[in-house]
Amino acid sequence: MTLHTPGPESPAPGASAARLIYARPEVLRDRSTHYCPGCGHGVVHRLLAEVLTELDLPAHTIAVAPVGCAVFAYDYLDIDFVEAPHGRAPAVATGIRRVRPEAFVLTYQGDGDLAAIGTAEIVHAAARGERITAIFVNNGIYGMTGGQMAPTTLLGQKTTSSPFGRDAALMGYPIRITEMLAQLPGVTYAARGTIADVGSIGKLKAMIKRACQVQMEGGGFAIVEALSNCPVGWGMTPQQSIEHLKGPVVEAYPLGVIVDRGAVAQPTHDLGCPSPAHPEA
Amino acid sequence: MPWAPIVIAEDHCKGCELCVTACPKHVLALDRSRINVLGYHPVELTDAAACTSCAFCARVCPDAVFTVWAAPREELQR
Repeated sequence: MTLHTPGPESPAPGASAARLIYARPEVLRDRSTHYCPGCGHGVVHRLLAEVLTELDLPAHTIAVAPVGCAVFAYDYLDIDFVEAPHGRAPAVATGIRRVRPEAFVLTYQGDGDLAAIGTAEIVHAAARGERITAIFVNNGIYGMTGGQMAPTTLLGQKTTSSPFGRDAALMGYPIRITEMLAQLPGVTYAARGTIADVGSIGKLKAMIKRACQVQMEGGGFAIVEALSNCPVGWGMTPQQSIEHLKGPVVEAYPLGVIVDRGAVAQPTHDLGCPSPAHPEA
Repeated sequence: MPWAPIVIAEDHCKGCELCVTACPKHVLALDRSRINVLGYHPVELTDAAACTSCAFCARVCPDAVFTVWAAPREELQR
């Protein structure tokens, strides 16, 4: 069946033009991603592209890409990117913030990157109240390397490195890293959303937008955790992974805004490198 | 050519069927008779008249394959 849809450049002759409800944001490059079918990274990329466009930020943004499945984020989002070593996105973002105080600085990390090898960097960037916005995609597994157990893997969850399920006695408990960071006074905004359904995706977008606005208003560190799925790593179909996400995953990682300290200017982000204008500083 | 409220970038579709599940009108389905450049069965709109342009498909799609239009007034009256 061939179907015809009038675009803005070709309205149906003599008819009122069709109204555009939804189009791919231009910041999201028109190419196929390397992500597996049903992977939540695509949704988070798209939301990020929409939010940056709505806030007129793409031209001012310097983003930091992680190591992990999202390592090629710079291929998919048409904004400036720096690729950080594994887990070091907040440290790289801190450097960018210190030399480019006017830029909008964004980090995009997965849970293997942020919650495991990069724990020290994210905790201390948050403790310093760095004026950066962190997007944290948590799918509870190391997806890129073949589905090994991550610090965020649920108890009982089978992965290639915990084939009988995660056992607390042997492997410890999953970390709620966003709650952990939220208690630091340097953190202006911390929230957790999910890509599980249309409603949640809308809420997640609002959280990402707020996290970006916090930085624009001069607030401190802002983090949004996006609970995501990993159909291949979890050994499920995309539909099953979404059901799993809505059930045990959301139960273990409650959704909502954890802290919003408003746009209180953080004194810490002025303590950068000594300015050449003030050599005595 | 019949009017359709949805344009699908078929070559980006990975056939994950998240849109099929999200569609409240159940008018999306994989076209099992075709394979796109990525090697997946692409999604297709099975009933253009039943589609309400709610854009739920576009909001859940991880590969941003959907462009959604609301019908012109003439189409709605038909």
